[in-house]
Amino acid sequence: MYTVTGGFLMEVPHLHILNETIRNLYFHVSMWFAMMILFIVSFVYSIKYLRNFDYRNDIFARNFAAMGSFLGILGYATGTVWASYTWVTDQGQSLANILKEPKLIGAAIALLIYGAYFVLRGSFTDIDKRARVSAVYNIFAFVMLFPSIWIIPRLVGSLHPGAPGGEGGNPALNFNDIDSRLRMVFYPAVIGWTLLGVWIATLKIRIELIKDKSLLHG
Amino acid sequence: MIKKVLALLKKDLLLELRQQHTFYGILLYIAATVYVLHLSLPDSPDANVWNSLFWVIQLFVCVNTVAKSFLQESKGRMLYFYSIASPVEFILAKLLFNIILMLFMSLVSLLLFYVFLDNPVSNMGLFIGIVLLGGTGISLVFTLMSAIAAKAQQNAALIAILGFPVILPQLLLLMRLSKAAFAEVFREGAVLQLAGLVAGLDVLVIMMAVILFPYLWKD
Repeated sequence: MYTVTGGFLMEVPHLHILNETIRNLYFHVSMWFAMMILFIVSFVYSIKYLRNFDYRNDIFARNFAAMGSFLGILGYATGTVWASYTWVTDQGQSLANILKEPKLIGAAIALLIYGAYFVLRGSFTDIDKRARVSAVYNIFAFVMLFPSIWIIPRLVGSLHPGAPGGEGGNPALNFNDIDSRLRMVFYPAVIGWTLLGVWIATLKIRIELIKDKSLLHG
Repeated sequence: MIKKVLALLKKDLLLELRQQHTFYGILLYIAATVYVLHLSLPDSPDANVWNSLFWVIQLFVCVNTVAKSFLQESKGRMLYFYSIASPVEFILAKLLFNIILMLFMSLVSLLLFYVFLDNPVSNMGLFIGIVLLGGTGISLVFTLMSAIAAKAQQNAALIAILGFPVILPQLLLLMRLSKAAFAEVFREGAVLQLAGLVAGLDVLVIMMAVILFPYLWKD
Protein backbone atom coordinates (compact mmCIF):
# COMPACT_ATOMS: atom_id res chain seq x y z
CA MET A 1 0.00 0.00 0.00
CA TYR A 2 2.72 2.42 0.99
CA THR A 3 4.85 1.88 -2.07
CA VAL A 4 1.97 2.11 -4.48
CA THR A 5 0.83 5.32 -2.86
CA GLY A 6 4.31 6.77 -2.86
CA GLY A 7 4.78 5.85 -6.48
CA PHE A 8 1.73 7.71 -7.56
CA LEU A 9 2.43 10.60 -5.24
CA MET A 10 5.32 11.46 -7.52
CA GLU A 11 2.79 12.33 -10.16
CA VAL A 12 1.28 15.11 -8.13
CA PRO A 13 4.20 17.44 -7.37
CA HIS A 14 5.44 17.71 -10.92
CA LEU A 15 2.11 19.18 -11.89
CA HIS A 16 2.74 22.21 -9.74
CA ILE A 17 5.25 23.68 -12.16
CA LEU A 18 2.78 24.79 -14.80
CA ASN A 19 0.58 27.77 -14.23
CA GLU A 20 -2.27 28.49 -16.59
CA THR A 21 -5.92 28.29 -15.75
CA ILE A 22 -6.48 25.06 -17.61
CA ARG A 23 -3.89 23.52 -15.30
CA ASN A 24 -6.50 23.85 -12.66
CA LEU A 25 -8.18 20.94 -14.37
CA TYR A 26 -5.60 18.69 -12.78
CA PHE A 27 -6.42 19.95 -9.31
CA HIS A 28 -10.01 20.96 -9.34
CA VAL A 29 -11.60 18.25 -11.45
CA SER A 30 -9.46 15.48 -10.13
CA MET A 31 -10.16 16.59 -6.57
CA TRP A 32 -13.84 16.13 -7.24
CA PHE A 33 -13.15 12.72 -8.64
CA ALA A 34 -11.15 11.82 -5.59
CA MET A 35 -13.87 13.18 -3.34
CA MET A 36 -16.52 11.08 -5.02
CA ILE A 37 -14.37 8.01 -4.77
CA LEU A 38 -13.69 8.60 -1.08
CA PHE A 39 -17.38 9.14 -0.39
CA ILE A 40 -18.16 5.91 -2.18
CA VAL A 41 -15.59 4.12 -0.05
CA SER A 42 -17.08 5.65 3.07
CA PHE A 43 -20.53 4.54 1.93
CA VAL A 44 -19.34 0.98 1.40
CA TYR A 45 -17.79 0.89 4.87
CA SER A 46 -21.02 2.16 6.39
CA ILE A 47 -22.86 -0.72 4.78
CA LYS A 48 -20.21 -3.09 6.04
CA TYR A 49 -20.63 -1.69 9.52
CA LEU A 50 -24.36 -2.30 9.48
CA ARG A 51 -23.77 -5.85 8.29
CA ASN A 52 -21.51 -6.97 11.07
CA PHE A 53 -21.31 -4.10 13.61
CA ASP A 54 -17.56 -4.11 13.61
CA TYR A 55 -16.35 -0.87 15.15
CA ARG A 56 -13.34 -0.94 12.86
CA ASN A 57 -15.58 -0.32 9.85
CA ASP A 58 -17.02 2.73 11.52
CA ILE A 59 -13.58 4.24 11.92
CA PHE A 60 -12.92 3.59 8.25
CA ALA A 61 -16.22 5.13 7.19
CA ARG A 62 -15.70 8.24 9.26
CA ASN A 63 -12.16 8.93 8.15
CA PHE A 64 -12.91 8.41 4.49
CA ALA A 65 -15.85 10.77 4.80
CA ALA A 66 -13.66 13.31 6.57
CA MET A 67 -11.00 13.13 3.91
CA GLY A 68 -13.65 13.31 1.20
CA SER A 69 -15.13 16.48 2.66
CA PHE A 70 -11.67 17.98 2.98
CA LEU A 71 -11.01 17.35 -0.70
CA GLY A 72 -14.48 18.66 -1.41
CA ILE A 73 -13.69 21.95 0.31
CA LEU A 74 -10.40 22.17 -1.55
CA GLY A 75 -12.24 21.42 -4.77
CA TYR A 76 -14.73 24.15 -4.02
CA ALA A 77 -11.92 26.59 -3.32
CA THR A 78 -10.01 25.79 -6.49
CA GLY A 79 -13.28 25.89 -8.37
CA THR A 80 -13.92 29.40 -7.09
CA VAL A 81 -10.52 30.58 -8.23
CA TRP A 82 -11.04 28.98 -11.58
CA ALA A 83 -14.53 30.37 -11.99
CA SER A 84 -13.43 33.86 -11.09
CA TYR A 85 -10.93 33.75 -13.95
CA THR A 86 -13.07 32.14 -16.59
CA TRP A 87 -16.75 32.74 -15.94
CA VAL A 88 -16.83 36.08 -14.21
CA THR A 89 -14.58 38.05 -16.52
CA ASP A 90 -15.73 36.42 -19.72
CA GLN A 91 -19.44 36.57 -19.26
CA GLY A 92 -19.82 39.27 -16.67
CA GLN A 93 -21.71 37.06 -14.27
CA SER A 94 -22.10 37.88 -10.64
CA LEU A 95 -21.09 35.47 -7.93
CA ALA A 96 -24.67 34.75 -6.92
CA ASN A 97 -25.38 33.83 -10.49
CA ILE A 98 -22.57 31.34 -10.56
CA LEU A 99 -23.61 29.80 -7.28
CA LYS A 100 -26.87 28.78 -8.88
CA GLU A 101 -25.12 26.67 -11.45
CA PRO A 102 -26.52 23.13 -11.08
CA LYS A 103 -23.17 21.49 -10.53
CA LEU A 104 -22.30 23.91 -7.78
CA ILE A 105 -25.60 23.26 -6.07
CA GLY A 106 -24.81 19.57 -6.10
CA ALA A 107 -21.38 20.22 -4.67
CA ALA A 108 -22.76 22.48 -1.96
CA ILE A 109 -25.34 19.85 -1.06
CA ALA A 110 -22.62 17.24 -0.78
CA LEU A 111 -20.62 19.40 1.58
CA LEU A 112 -23.69 20.25 3.65
CA ILE A 113 -24.63 16.60 3.91
CA TYR A 114 -21.25 15.57 5.18
CA GLY A 115 -21.20 18.56 7.50
CA ALA A 116 -24.47 17.28 8.92
CA TYR A 117 -22.96 13.82 9.17
CA PHE A 118 -20.24 15.10 11.48
CA VAL A 119 -22.66 17.16 13.52
CA LEU A 120 -24.75 14.03 13.95
CA ARG A 121 -21.70 12.10 15.04
CA GLY A 122 -20.80 14.78 17.52
CA SER A 123 -24.17 14.65 19.20
CA PHE A 124 -23.78 11.11 20.51
CA THR A 125 -21.96 9.99 23.58
CA ASP A 126 -22.47 6.29 23.20
CA ILE A 127 -20.01 4.83 20.70
CA ASP A 128 -22.09 1.97 19.34
CA LYS A 129 -25.17 4.07 18.97
CA ARG A 130 -23.19 6.79 17.29
CA ALA A 131 -21.67 4.36 14.85
CA ARG A 132 -24.97 2.77 14.00
CA VAL A 133 -27.05 5.89 13.57
CA SER A 134 -24.42 7.77 11.62
CA ALA A 135 -23.93 4.77 9.35
CA VAL A 136 -27.63 4.87 8.61
CA TYR A 137 -27.46 8.56 7.84
CA ASN A 138 -24.36 8.13 5.72
CA ILE A 139 -26.04 5.51 3.56
CA PHE A 140 -29.25 7.46 3.25
CA ALA A 141 -27.48 10.71 2.44
CA PHE A 142 -25.25 9.05 -0.10
CA VAL A 143 -28.18 7.53 -1.92
CA MET A 144 -29.90 10.91 -1.99
CA LEU A 145 -26.69 12.45 -3.26
CA PHE A 146 -26.78 10.44 -6.47
CA PRO A 147 -29.68 12.38 -7.95
CA SER A 148 -28.36 15.70 -6.75
CA ILE A 149 -24.90 15.33 -8.24
CA TRP A 150 -25.30 13.09 -11.22
CA ILE A 151 -28.82 13.32 -12.50
CA ILE A 152 -30.20 16.77 -11.83
CA PRO A 153 -27.44 18.87 -13.43
CA ARG A 154 -27.85 16.89 -16.61
CA LEU A 155 -31.60 17.01 -16.51
CA VAL A 156 -31.81 20.73 -15.84
CA GLY A 157 -29.13 21.33 -18.40
CA SER A 158 -30.95 19.30 -20.99
CA LEU A 159 -34.16 21.15 -20.34
CA HIS A 160 -32.50 24.50 -20.77
CA PRO A 161 -29.68 24.35 -23.24
CA GLY A 162 -27.60 27.49 -23.24
CA ALA A 163 -28.96 28.72 -19.93
CA PRO A 164 -26.58 31.22 -18.34
CA GLY A 165 -23.93 29.32 -16.46
CA GLY A 166 -25.58 26.07 -17.43
CA GLU A 167 -23.91 22.88 -18.46
CA GLY A 168 -24.38 23.44 -22.17
CA GLY A 169 -22.88 26.92 -22.07
CA ASN A 170 -19.61 25.93 -20.50
CA PRO A 171 -17.12 24.13 -22.60
CA ALA A 172 -14.79 24.13 -19.60
CA LEU A 173 -16.89 21.45 -18.00
CA ASN A 174 -17.31 19.38 -21.11
CA PHE A 175 -15.01 16.42 -20.93
CA ASN A 176 -15.07 15.82 -24.65
CA ASP A 177 -13.16 19.03 -25.15
CA ILE A 178 -10.14 17.88 -23.23
CA ASP A 179 -7.10 17.64 -25.38
CA SER A 180 -5.39 14.29 -25.40
CA ARG A 181 -2.20 15.82 -24.01
CA LEU A 182 -4.16 17.15 -21.07
CA ARG A 183 -5.67 13.75 -20.63
CA MET A 184 -2.20 12.27 -20.25
CA VAL A 185 -1.78 14.22 -17.05
CA PHE A 186 -5.40 14.36 -16.04
CA TYR A 187 -5.98 10.67 -15.44
CA PRO A 188 -2.84 10.14 -13.37
CA ALA A 189 -3.81 13.28 -11.46
CA VAL A 190 -7.16 11.73 -10.62
CA ILE A 191 -5.44 8.59 -9.45
CA GLY A 192 -2.81 10.61 -7.63
CA TRP A 193 -5.28 12.73 -5.70
CA THR A 194 -7.39 9.72 -4.89
CA LEU A 195 -4.44 7.81 -3.58
CA LEU A 196 -3.24 10.84 -1.67
CA GLY A 197 -6.64 11.04 -0.06
CA VAL A 198 -6.69 7.34 0.66
CA TRP A 199 -3.19 7.54 2.07
CA ILE A 200 -4.00 10.37 4.49
CA ALA A 201 -7.24 8.65 5.47
CA THR A 202 -5.49 5.35 6.14
CA LEU A 203 -2.86 7.14 8.21
CA LYS A 204 -5.59 8.63 10.35
CA ILE A 205 -7.35 5.28 10.50
CA ARG A 206 -4.23 3.52 11.66
CA ILE A 207 -3.62 6.09 14.37
CA GLU A 208 -7.14 5.63 15.58
CA LEU A 209 -6.94 1.87 15.41
CA ILE A 210 -3.91 2.03 17.68
CA LYS A 211 -5.65 4.42 20.04
CA ASP A 212 -8.70 2.23 20.32
CA LYS A 213 -6.84 -1.01 20.45
CA SER A 214 -8.17 -1.87 23.86
CA LEU A 215 -11.66 -1.17 22.64
CA LEU A 216 -11.38 -3.24 19.53
CA HIS A 217 -9.95 -6.35 21.05
CA GLY A 218 -11.67 -6.10 24.37
CA MET B 1 -48.73 -7.19 8.05
CA ILE B 2 -51.01 -4.69 6.31
CA LYS B 3 -53.42 -5.12 9.16
CA LYS B 4 -50.77 -4.24 11.69
CA VAL B 5 -49.65 -1.24 9.69
CA LEU B 6 -53.23 -0.02 9.55
CA ALA B 7 -53.67 -0.59 13.27
CA LEU B 8 -50.58 1.46 14.05
CA LEU B 9 -51.73 4.12 11.62
CA LYS B 10 -55.10 4.25 13.29
CA LYS B 11 -53.44 4.62 16.65
CA ASP B 12 -51.43 7.59 15.40
CA LEU B 13 -54.48 9.22 13.88
CA LEU B 14 -56.51 8.74 17.04
CA LEU B 15 -53.69 10.14 19.10
CA GLU B 16 -53.57 13.17 16.86
CA LEU B 17 -57.30 13.68 17.16
CA ARG B 18 -57.25 13.40 20.91
CA GLN B 19 -54.22 15.57 21.54
CA GLN B 20 -55.49 18.39 19.45
CA HIS B 21 -53.24 21.06 20.83
CA THR B 22 -50.30 20.07 18.65
CA PHE B 23 -52.49 19.86 15.59
CA TYR B 24 -53.97 23.29 16.11
CA GLY B 25 -50.55 24.54 17.03
CA ILE B 26 -49.29 23.70 13.58
CA LEU B 27 -52.33 25.15 11.90
CA LEU B 28 -51.74 28.35 13.79
CA TYR B 29 -48.09 28.22 12.81
CA ILE B 30 -49.03 28.07 9.15
CA ALA B 31 -51.58 30.84 9.50
CA ALA B 32 -49.19 33.08 11.38
CA THR B 33 -46.38 32.54 8.89
CA VAL B 34 -48.54 33.23 5.89
CA TYR B 35 -49.95 36.31 7.58
CA VAL B 36 -46.47 37.63 8.25
CA LEU B 37 -45.69 37.08 4.59
CA HIS B 38 -48.88 38.84 3.67
CA LEU B 39 -47.89 41.89 5.66
CA SER B 40 -44.26 41.98 4.64
CA LEU B 41 -44.67 41.38 0.92
CA PRO B 42 -45.94 43.81 -1.70
CA ASP B 43 -49.55 43.35 -2.68
CA SER B 44 -49.23 40.81 -5.43
CA PRO B 45 -45.89 39.01 -5.40
CA ASP B 46 -44.30 37.83 -8.57
CA ALA B 47 -45.11 34.24 -9.53
CA ASN B 48 -41.53 33.12 -8.95
CA VAL B 49 -41.37 34.71 -5.52
CA TRP B 50 -44.73 33.19 -4.67
CA ASN B 51 -43.53 29.78 -5.78
CA SER B 52 -40.31 29.78 -3.81
CA LEU B 53 -41.98 31.22 -0.71
CA PHE B 54 -44.62 28.56 -0.90
CA TRP B 55 -42.12 25.74 -0.99
CA VAL B 56 -39.97 27.19 1.75
CA ILE B 57 -43.04 27.47 3.96
CA GLN B 58 -43.91 23.88 3.06
CA LEU B 59 -40.47 22.84 4.17
CA PHE B 60 -40.74 24.52 7.54
CA VAL B 61 -44.26 23.32 8.13
CA CYS B 62 -43.08 19.82 7.40
CA VAL B 63 -40.17 20.09 9.82
CA ASN B 64 -42.58 21.18 12.52
CA THR B 65 -45.24 18.63 11.68
CA VAL B 66 -43.11 15.59 11.25
CA ALA B 67 -40.48 16.42 13.82
CA LYS B 68 -42.54 15.28 16.73
CA SER B 69 -43.58 11.99 15.18
CA PHE B 70 -40.75 10.16 16.87
CA LEU B 71 -40.06 12.58 19.67
CA GLN B 72 -43.45 12.16 21.23
CA GLU B 73 -42.99 8.44 21.68
CA SER B 74 -41.76 7.84 25.17
CA LYS B 75 -39.23 5.17 25.92
CA GLY B 76 -41.78 2.88 27.52
CA ARG B 77 -44.10 3.13 24.58
CA MET B 78 -41.31 2.38 22.14
CA LEU B 79 -40.57 -0.74 24.10
CA TYR B 80 -44.20 -1.71 23.83
CA PHE B 81 -44.24 -1.23 20.06
CA TYR B 82 -41.05 -3.17 19.90
CA SER B 83 -42.77 -6.15 21.41
CA ILE B 84 -45.87 -6.07 19.20
CA ALA B 85 -44.70 -4.96 15.78
CA SER B 86 -41.79 -5.40 13.44
CA PRO B 87 -39.72 -2.33 12.54
CA VAL B 88 -40.84 -2.41 8.92
CA GLU B 89 -44.49 -2.26 9.93
CA PHE B 90 -43.75 0.49 12.38
CA ILE B 91 -41.90 2.70 9.92
CA LEU B 92 -44.50 2.13 7.22
CA ALA B 93 -47.26 3.21 9.58
CA LYS B 94 -45.27 6.29 10.55
CA LEU B 95 -44.57 7.17 6.94
CA LEU B 96 -48.23 6.80 6.01
CA PHE B 97 -49.36 8.85 8.96
CA ASN B 98 -46.96 11.64 8.20
CA ILE B 99 -47.95 11.66 4.55
CA ILE B 100 -51.59 12.06 5.51
CA LEU B 101 -50.79 14.79 7.98
CA MET B 102 -48.52 16.59 5.60
CA LEU B 103 -50.99 16.42 2.71
CA PHE B 104 -53.58 18.01 4.91
CA MET B 105 -51.19 20.72 6.02
CA SER B 106 -50.14 21.34 2.41
CA LEU B 107 -53.71 21.90 1.36
CA VAL B 108 -54.30 24.22 4.29
CA SER B 109 -51.26 26.30 3.52
CA LEU B 110 -52.16 26.37 -0.16
CA LEU B 111 -55.57 27.69 0.78
CA LEU B 112 -54.06 30.31 3.06
CA PHE B 113 -51.62 31.36 0.36
CA TYR B 114 -54.54 31.65 -1.97
CA VAL B 115 -56.44 33.86 0.42
CA PHE B 116 -53.69 36.08 1.77
CA LEU B 117 -51.22 36.31 -1.05
CA ASP B 118 -52.39 36.69 -4.57
CA ASN B 119 -52.91 33.67 -6.75
CA PRO B 120 -50.59 33.50 -9.72
CA VAL B 121 -51.39 29.85 -10.41
CA SER B 122 -53.10 29.40 -13.72
CA ASN B 123 -53.53 25.65 -13.70
CA MET B 124 -54.89 24.92 -10.24
CA GLY B 125 -55.51 21.20 -10.69
CA LEU B 126 -51.97 20.60 -11.81
CA PHE B 127 -50.56 22.68 -8.99
CA ILE B 128 -52.57 20.83 -6.36
CA GLY B 129 -51.26 17.59 -7.81
CA ILE B 130 -47.70 18.86 -7.60
CA VAL B 131 -48.25 20.10 -4.05
CA LEU B 132 -49.54 16.71 -2.97
CA LEU B 133 -46.63 14.96 -4.64
CA GLY B 134 -44.18 17.37 -3.03
CA GLY B 135 -45.78 17.12 0.38
CA THR B 136 -45.48 13.35 0.21
CA GLY B 137 -41.82 13.49 -0.71
CA ILE B 138 -40.87 16.03 1.91
CA SER B 139 -42.71 14.23 4.68
CA LEU B 140 -41.09 10.91 3.74
CA VAL B 141 -37.59 12.32 4.01
CA PHE B 142 -38.28 14.15 7.24
CA THR B 143 -39.89 11.11 8.85
CA LEU B 144 -36.67 9.21 8.40
CA MET B 145 -34.62 12.19 9.54
CA SER B 146 -36.76 12.50 12.63
CA ALA B 147 -36.22 8.82 13.35
CA ILE B 148 -32.47 9.42 13.16
CA ALA B 149 -32.58 12.62 15.17
CA ALA B 150 -34.72 11.01 17.83
CA LYS B 151 -31.75 8.79 18.62
CA ALA B 152 -29.61 11.82 19.34
CA GLN B 153 -30.37 14.06 22.24
CA GLN B 154 -30.64 17.60 20.87
CA ASN B 155 -33.07 16.65 18.18
CA ALA B 156 -35.21 19.54 16.99
CA ALA B 157 -32.33 21.48 15.51
CA LEU B 158 -30.69 18.32 14.30
CA ILE B 159 -33.64 17.44 12.06
CA ALA B 160 -33.20 20.65 10.14
CA ILE B 161 -29.45 20.18 9.82
CA LEU B 162 -29.79 16.60 8.64
CA GLY B 163 -32.81 17.08 6.47
CA PHE B 164 -32.18 20.28 4.55
CA PRO B 165 -29.26 19.18 2.42
CA VAL B 166 -30.97 15.90 1.66
CA ILE B 167 -34.24 17.53 0.70
CA LEU B 168 -32.65 20.23 -1.46
CA PRO B 169 -32.53 18.37 -4.77
CA GLN B 170 -36.12 17.31 -4.37
CA LEU B 171 -37.20 20.82 -3.49
CA LEU B 172 -35.41 22.26 -6.52
CA LEU B 173 -37.14 19.73 -8.73
CA LEU B 174 -40.49 20.63 -7.21
CA MET B 175 -39.96 24.33 -7.71
CA ARG B 176 -39.09 23.73 -11.33
CA LEU B 177 -42.02 21.43 -11.75
CA SER B 178 -44.53 23.79 -10.22
CA LYS B 179 -43.59 26.45 -12.72
CA ALA B 180 -45.55 24.31 -15.15
CA ALA B 181 -48.65 25.38 -13.27
CA PHE B 182 -47.67 29.04 -13.73
CA ALA B 183 -48.22 28.73 -17.45
CA GLU B 184 -44.55 28.43 -18.21
CA VAL B 185 -44.15 26.45 -21.37
CA PHE B 186 -42.23 23.22 -21.01
CA ARG B 187 -40.87 20.94 -23.63
CA GLU B 188 -43.27 18.13 -24.47
CA GLY B 189 -43.09 15.40 -21.85
CA ALA B 190 -40.73 17.34 -19.59
CA VAL B 191 -43.37 17.81 -16.92
CA LEU B 192 -44.08 14.11 -16.81
CA GLN B 193 -40.37 13.40 -16.73
CA LEU B 194 -39.84 15.71 -13.76
CA ALA B 195 -42.88 14.37 -11.95
CA GLY B 196 -41.65 10.85 -12.58
CA LEU B 197 -38.27 11.76 -11.15
CA VAL B 198 -39.82 13.18 -7.98
CA ALA B 199 -42.01 10.09 -7.62
CA GLY B 200 -38.96 7.92 -8.21
CA LEU B 201 -37.15 9.73 -5.42
CA ASP B 202 -40.11 9.09 -3.15
CA VAL B 203 -39.99 5.38 -3.90
CA LEU B 204 -36.25 5.45 -3.26
CA VAL B 205 -36.77 7.09 0.13
CA ILE B 206 -39.40 4.52 1.10
CA MET B 207 -37.07 1.71 0.15
CA MET B 208 -34.22 3.24 2.10
CA ALA B 209 -36.49 3.71 5.10
CA VAL B 210 -37.62 0.09 5.03
CA ILE B 211 -34.06 -1.15 4.69
CA LEU B 212 -32.41 1.18 7.19
CA PHE B 213 -34.99 1.65 9.89
CA PRO B 214 -34.52 -1.78 11.48
CA TYR B 215 -30.97 -0.70 12.37
CA LEU B 216 -32.23 2.42 14.10
CA TRP B 217 -34.92 0.54 15.90
CA LYS B 218 -32.91 -1.78 18.09
CA ASP B 219 -31.53 -0.10 21.14
